[in-house]
Formats: sequence, structure tokens, C-alpha cells
Amino acid sequence: MAVEYQNIFTRIQVNCGGEESVPFKGGVWTRQAGPYLNYWLGKFGDAQIGPIYLGWLGVFSLIFGILAFEIIGLNMWASVNWDPIEFIRQLPWLALEPPKPEYGLSIPPLNEGGWWLMAGFFLTVSILLWWLRMYRRARALGMGTHVAWAFAAAIWLYLVLGFIRPVFIGSWSEAVPFGIFPHLDWTAAFSIRYGNLFYNPFHMLSIAFLYGSTLLFAMHAATILATDRYGSHREIEQIVDRGTAAERGALFWRWTMGFNATYESIHRWAWWFAVLCPLTGGIGILLTGTVVDNWYVWGMEHGLVPPYPANDPPVVNPMP
Amino acid sequence: MTSTRNFIAPVTVLAAALLLSACERPPIDTEQVGYRGTAMVLVENPRAEQNEITVPEPQPAASSGGPKAGAVYQNVQVLGDLNIAEFTRTMLAITQWVAPDEGCNYCHNPADLADDSKYTKVVSRRMIQMTQHVNREWTDHHGGTGVTCYTCHAGNNVPENIWFKDPSADNMKAYTGNREGQNIAAPNVGYASLPADPFSRYLEGESLDNIAVNTVGWQPTGDTGTIQKAEGTYALMFHLSSALGVNCNFCHNSRAFAEWDQSRPQRVTAWHGLRMVAGLNNEFLNPLQPVYPDYRLGPTGDAPKANCGTCHQGANKPLGGVNMVADYPALQ
Repeated sequence: MAVEYQNIFTRIQVNCGGEESVPFKGGVWTRQAGPYLNYWLGKFGDAQIGPIYLGWLGVFSLIFGILAFEIIGLNMWASVNWDPIEFIRQLPWLALEPPKPEYGLSIPPLNEGGWWLMAGFFLTVSILLWWLRMYRRARALGMGTHVAWAFAAAIWLYLVLGFIRPVFIGSWSEAVPFGIFPHLDWTAAFSIRYGNLFYNPFHMLSIAFLYGSTLLFAMHAATILATDRYGSHREIEQIVDRGTAAERGALFWRWTMGFNATYESIHRWAWWFAVLCPLTGGIGILLTGTVVDNWYVWGMEHGLVPPYPANDPPVVNPMP
Repeated sequence: MTSTRNFIAPVTVLAAALLLSACERPPIDTEQVGYRGTAMVLVENPRAEQNEITVPEPQPAASSGGPKAGAVYQNVQVLGDLNIAEFTRTMLAITQWVAPDEGCNYCHNPADLADDSKYTKVVSRRMIQMTQHVNREWTDHHGGTGVTCYTCHAGNNVPENIWFKDPSADNMKAYTGNREGQNIAAPNVGYASLPADPFSRYLEGESLDNIAVNTVGWQPTGDTGTIQKAEGTYALMFHLSSALGVNCNFCHNSRAFAEWDQSRPQRVTAWHGLRMVAGLNNEFLNPLQPVYPDYRLGPTGDAPKANCGTCHQGANKPLGGVNMVADYPALQ
């Protein structure tokens, strides 16, 4: 089959009408909405939309998620005096801020962090329900639960930032604001406050896994596309019955770097790199301010970086 | 297929052009100012518009001797010790620096030069004292270069870079939309979403010691700055950076902003400068509030005040480091 795979768009679409796919056990909801076919969607993924399985977990997750979204969005809009044009113009700058440090872990007045606490609670409920939904849908299809556990790794980092670490420190004010630029400015201020997060070894690990994930993703996708003409898209078959595609791909990497992952293990590499990124990152955040208050000083004391020659004459703190 | 390709290329080019339209084009000049490999560099765009303020020629020297101004004129409270010639010369210079178009009558009642009825005269007197105070007491900051009226005024009645309390920073409403004084595209802090008014937070009152947020040791002591405090400091530093036209590395080693032994000596100069500005606002500028007419006051009725940009006006050395005050003994 002469199919061009060296193309950013998918060149073949299977169109045999919508399919309901495999039968599954359990579930009081039938599958809804669809299936529909969309030619342009088929350029990027499967042309088929639906059927969607919403279920009770999905419904309540969406309700809580929309509640959080509305609380955040309406507070943002209120902060520009309900001006619709300013709302659009300033949107990347707007935010819902956590309570001030004075409030500690108490419940603050609505407009001084109460909305933030409520939005955070609803968003967390929504996310946890969605996690359950991922787990249960995988089980219903007789799948493993790898997706749910990878999602749980991301939820771990989210909970550390917004809940676990603030509780350890004893103040909601340590948590992240809901907002586009504000959460980025928060990140910069967080790093500055705690003496430069780049000296935090778990932050280093997290970055290594983050960049490593993108590298592995690119290497794997490129290998599969490059050997597709030899049948590499039949990945599952090639795991147990290595064909010429797998042989060529493997040999390519042995030629170029002396070692190769297998058709099976590459997926474990990718999964663990992706999952370890938020896992290690969450540990790094959790240690910040609870165990280590100044990562630069910690790094210097523990020989993390060589000291550089001092200024001559030395610059000293002018504070009397 | 060809039609799709024909469409994609121009759209991509257009999108890229739009994305980059707000960027400054390379090359940018860099100067290494620290140990090799530590990225201690000053960056400067050689094509950036320079705020070129030309320093006026000094007034011709006055003859020495003659009676003192205080003995000849009425109501000379500050410059009375000068002889008449030097006094007149100083008045001419101040007119040229502050009211070149309006002339003497901007401050003086032409019928009675001693009359204090114009607010501008009362303010000018205090400003002369402020200039003397800066020149005598704050050599730690200006290193003896000193200032004149022209350093800030540059030929304007009111210096271009002043600040008022920002009423929009405090947008406290009944139930929703509390911004905590931040989260708006704020020009004073480089259009970041940081606290929009770092001036009333740090450059008046006694709050400057709050800008330090790091602990000295690495273990938590329980007595630490909050992230909110760090954001406030960050906002103030944005102002310093734009007021002086420099990047962080001008003063700091950005790997450890708080560490003095990592910093450049310029940071000590800036440390004194911040305290100088807060002092000037507290002692000189805020107390003048009742003297000003309403149209000189800010939206919340506060007096116009100084920040780093008032003198620096985008240059790390105001007026390019020219020592103007050397020619004017009255202001020394």
C-alpha cells in the first residue's frame, strides 16, 4: 500500500460508518452522542466522534468543574467592574487570588480568598471524580489502569501546590492563584522567595523527566513513522513477533547510540518519564519552605555547585 | 493538495510575523560583568530610543563679594547667605531648569517678589532644601555627583516621572472581584500581573525593610517572608529596572538575588537610593500636600511623589553622570 507517512497530516481515513465498538460490562448509562464522522477531524485523529460515555461520575465532575470555572471567571470579570471589553483585553492578567497570609488556614471572607477556597474545593472534587471516571471506564473496557495512574501523578502535583503544602505550612496564601499570567508570576516569586528553585534537586529531576519525555516522544514517534513502510504501525504484533520494521528501528538506534528500547519497553520508558515528571516535581515543591527554606544556601552548603571567586572588594550588606 | 499547501505557507509566515511583532530584533549588545560562565551580563538594545536630556550650559560665573541676599531682599529663607550676584545667578538657573517658558512669574508675584502667595514659590523653597539635603546627606547614593533642579525637572514645571497613589490598585468591592492590588496589565511593573503600585507600598512610610524575603540559612525558621511579599519586591524591582534602563544583573547575580556577596557594588548604591527616595517622600514631598492646588494632586488627593525614575529617567546615571551641581554652590 503506497501510503505517504512523511506528512504532518494523516493520509488515510477509514470510513465505514460509525462503529459502537466492543461490548462492555456494567454501567447503567448507555453510550450517548454519536457516532458521527468528521472528515477534517480525520486529518488529525480518528474521524469518528462519540459515542461518549458520560455516567454519573462524568455528570458530577462536569457540574463541579463548571462551578469552579464560573467562580473563577466571574470573579475575574468583577475585578474589571464587569466591563466586557476589559475582561477580554485583560484576561491573561486577571486572577482569583488565594487568601492573605493573615488568614492562615481559616476560612476567610468571600471576597478575601473565600471564593478562591471554594473554587479550589470544587475544582478538586471535579478532578477527583474525573479520575474515578478514568479508572472505572478503563476497568469497564477490560483495560489496564495506566491512564488513570498517570493522571494521578498530575493530580499529586496539583494537590501538593494547592492543598498539601499550604496545609503543611499552615497558610492558604502559599497556594497558587487561578489566572494565566498571575500563576506564572507566582511561580517566579515562589522561586525567588525560596532562594532559587533551580538549586532544588527534585526540581532538577522533574525538568530532566519533562525534557526527557519530549525527547522520548519524538524519538518513538519518529521511529514508528520512519519504519511504517515496513509495517511498524502494527506495534502490538511487533512486540512479540519482531518484523523487519522493528529490526530496522532497533538497529538504527544501536548503530547511532549503541542501545535501543524494544517495541514494548519504549512505552514503559515513556510512561515512567511522563509520570515521574510531576511525581518528582511534587516532592520538590513539598520540601520547599517545609524542609528547605533557601535552596541556594542549601545547595552551597551541600556542594551542589562550585563557589565562584568573590567580588574584589567584597560587596557587603549595608543594612546597619 | 497543492491548494492546501499554497494556503498553509502564507498563513504560517503571517502568524510568525504577528507573534514576533512585539519583539526587539537582534543583535542585542551584551557586556560581561561577572565571573565567566555565570551569565552575568548587561544587555542593551543599541537601537532603543535613548532619553537624551542635554545638560544646559552653566550660567556665567557671578562676581564674588557684595552684600548678602538675605540682607537686601525680604523673605529670603533659604538662600540668604549668598551674595546678590550668586543669588541672582541661581534664580536665573532655576528659571531655566524649571520654568523656561513662564519665567520669573511662574513662582513670583511681579509686583512683590517677596510675596509667598503663589504655591509654586513655597514648593520651590522646599525643593531647594530637598536638593541641598540630597547633595549633603546622600553621597552614599550619588557618590558626590549630586543633583540640581534640572536632574528631575529637565525644563518641565513638573518632572515627567512622578507617581501618585493608584486608586484602581485597591478595587475592594463588596462580594466579588478583589484583585489584591495586582492582576492587571500594570505599566509601572513592566506590564506584569504583579502588584500594580509598588510605590505606595515601599517608597513612603517605613516599609522598605519588607523588601527582603529570603532567609539567611537554609532551614525554615518560621519567621519568613510570604510569596505575596516576594511578589511586591519583584514589582518594585521591575520599576528599578525600567527606571534605570538596566537588567537584573546590573545589581544582582540572578542565581541568588538576596546574597550580597554575589551582588555587584551597584546594589549597595541602589540600597541607599531606595532609602533616599522613601526619605524624600516622607520628609519633603508628602508634607507639601496642603500647599498644592487640586490640579497638582493625584486622583486620591495625594501629593506628587518621587521614585527612581524621577531622577534617573531611564539612565543608570542621571544626566549621563554629569556633575551639574559643582557650578552652583547654592545647592551644594
